[in-house]
Amino acid sequence: MSQQAIIETSDLTKAYHNFVAVDKLNLRVGEGEVFGFLGPNGAGKTTTILMLLGLTEPTSGFAKICGYNPTREPVKVKRMVGYMPEKVGFYEDLSARENLEYTAWLNGLPKAEALKKVKETLESVGLGEAIDQKVGKFSHGMKQRLGIADVMIKDPKAAFFDEPTSGIDPEGIEQILSLIKEMARRKVTIILSSHQLHQVQKICTRVGILSKGRLVADGTVDHLGREALDGGKYQIQLQVAEPSTRLVSAIRDIKGVRGVESAGDLLMISCDEDLRPQLARTVVDNDCLLVQMKIQEYGLEEIYMKYFRGAE
Amino acid sequence: MTGLAAIFRKELADHFNSKRFIILFLLVYLAAIATTYVAAQNIRSGITESTQFIFLRLFIVSGEALPFSLPLFLSLFIPVVGIALGFDAVSGERASGTLSRLLAQPVYRDSVINGKFLAGLTTLSVLVASIVALVAGMGLRMIGVPPNAEEILRIFGLVVLSIVYGAFWMSLAVLFSVFFSRTATSALASIAIWIFLLLFMSMIARLIAGAVVPIDQNSTAEQVVRFEEVYRMISRISPNTLYAEAFAALMTPELGTLSVMLLQESIISGMVPTPLPLSQSLSLIWPQITSLIALAALCFAISYVKFMREEIRST
Repeated sequence: MSQQAIIETSDLTKAYHNFVAVDKLNLRVGEGEVFGFLGPNGAGKTTTILMLLGLTEPTSGFAKICGYNPTREPVKVKRMVGYMPEKVGFYEDLSARENLEYTAWLNGLPKAEALKKVKETLESVGLGEAIDQKVGKFSHGMKQRLGIADVMIKDPKAAFFDEPTSGIDPEGIEQILSLIKEMARRKVTIILSSHQLHQVQKICTRVGILSKGRLVADGTVDHLGREALDGGKYQIQLQVAEPSTRLVSAIRDIKGVRGVESAGDLLMISCDEDLRPQLARTVVDNDCLLVQMKIQEYGLEEIYMKYFRGAE
Repeated sequence: MTGLAAIFRKELADHFNSKRFIILFLLVYLAAIATTYVAAQNIRSGITESTQFIFLRLFIVSGEALPFSLPLFLSLFIPVVGIALGFDAVSGERASGTLSRLLAQPVYRDSVINGKFLAGLTTLSVLVASIVALVAGMGLRMIGVPPNAEEILRIFGLVVLSIVYGAFWMSLAVLFSVFFSRTATSALASIAIWIFLLLFMSMIARLIAGAVVPIDQNSTAEQVVRFEEVYRMISRISPNTLYAEAFAALMTPELGTLSVMLLQESIISGMVPTPLPLSQSLSLIWPQITSLIALAALCFAISYVKFMREEIRST
């Protein structure tokens, strides 16, 4: 991470009467990153976001957003950060336009500019047609998109989305994710909290997994997948016709191979990197017939199993 | 303060556009018409003996044929307005999920609660001022006697007093709206307090006074007066009593004292009540007014502190 850190936390802790919601969280998110904040329900994702916004006070530790402490200077932080809560609500008696105008005014936008910007933003999230419709008549998906417009209108440096895709149909999810991606393209740092890994994976550059208030993993989805699978090793399954002991020992000699197990005509090879080309050549060089070879892909299930289930 | 103007403007627009406000305004018109009607029946028939403050009589006459009096109406109407304007101030936003979005904007938390309170107070002032103005206007046409300077000042005092009284009820309602997450609970809590003060307070005061100064048919006049004193003292806990007393003193310059003892004495000694000047009436009701302000400020302060420290979750 060479970029400047937009979000930084240091031993951020939040304890309620009887339990610790967030436990000594150390997080660093650089400029322009899309950080997926994962974890099962009740892991402390929302609490963390609330602390980052100064909506609740940490018990100990501190956070820094764009260099400001959200507990001490909440208004400065909120000027630069957009937040879409999990159950985003709007004034149902007001139209989409009026709702966003209110946000624009609260952010100190001059009236003329606010009017123009509200229109532009609503069009960009695909609500141009419904601009004067009362929000009470909106579908859930439309409200979520309005929520994103509500974040976009303040031109934030960073944006926090708390479960933006929960309870939406697949098409709606697609729209929301592409809107968030679009924001990321404009160099907005994004924190996306979710418990739906396969959605987060599509747009996040990095994910952090929170379990019982602790950050148990931090890295790219790819990296976490390998971690989950076998401590960072690759598993290659090799099927050859009539494997010989010579072949097995030859494979053992390949640089990077950690172990070979044979079971009938199947060889299970664990290695540090993807050695499929070398393996293929070794098989051929040892006059064996290669039937098939496959690399064991990590699945999101493995990640779940390791970090979510294991924690429960 | 950041955002205060925007919040105030929005809240005010909400109040004036709401159906609630239209209903309240209809009530205001009805009350004004009823008052003028009652006053027309009584003042014309020469019931009033004092001609000095004929205009003020408009505000205190009560009808015999039509049982309606403005003081009673206001003492019931103003709490309702206050509660109606405040009960969902915070709980409503919390229930609709807008509170966390609102507080994620660059505004201070106190701007939110101050803006809401100020907007409510403005709406309340408009309602109270219009009811008084309507009565004064219609009354003027009817009796044809313009108010003198002191009467105008006293009427103005009535408006201020009523706003303070309404502000107390509104801050009580705001207080409950901060403490209860459900709007219905918050409204019911305010209404419960109102009904308690309205119906049960005088009962309780009578019970306690009866325990302190037991009286029966054989009691001396002195004991009865003492009983009455204690009773009044206790019922002054209730803002309703404070308002009623202040109202009476303000609108009846002849009312020289709020103490039963002195009133009794003046009747016994056959003193002719001379009207007090405004400044004297004001100093008479000063404790009542300051108590009302203090109660309102107390409720507001508690809700303020609670709201400032609260964790705002969207669920």
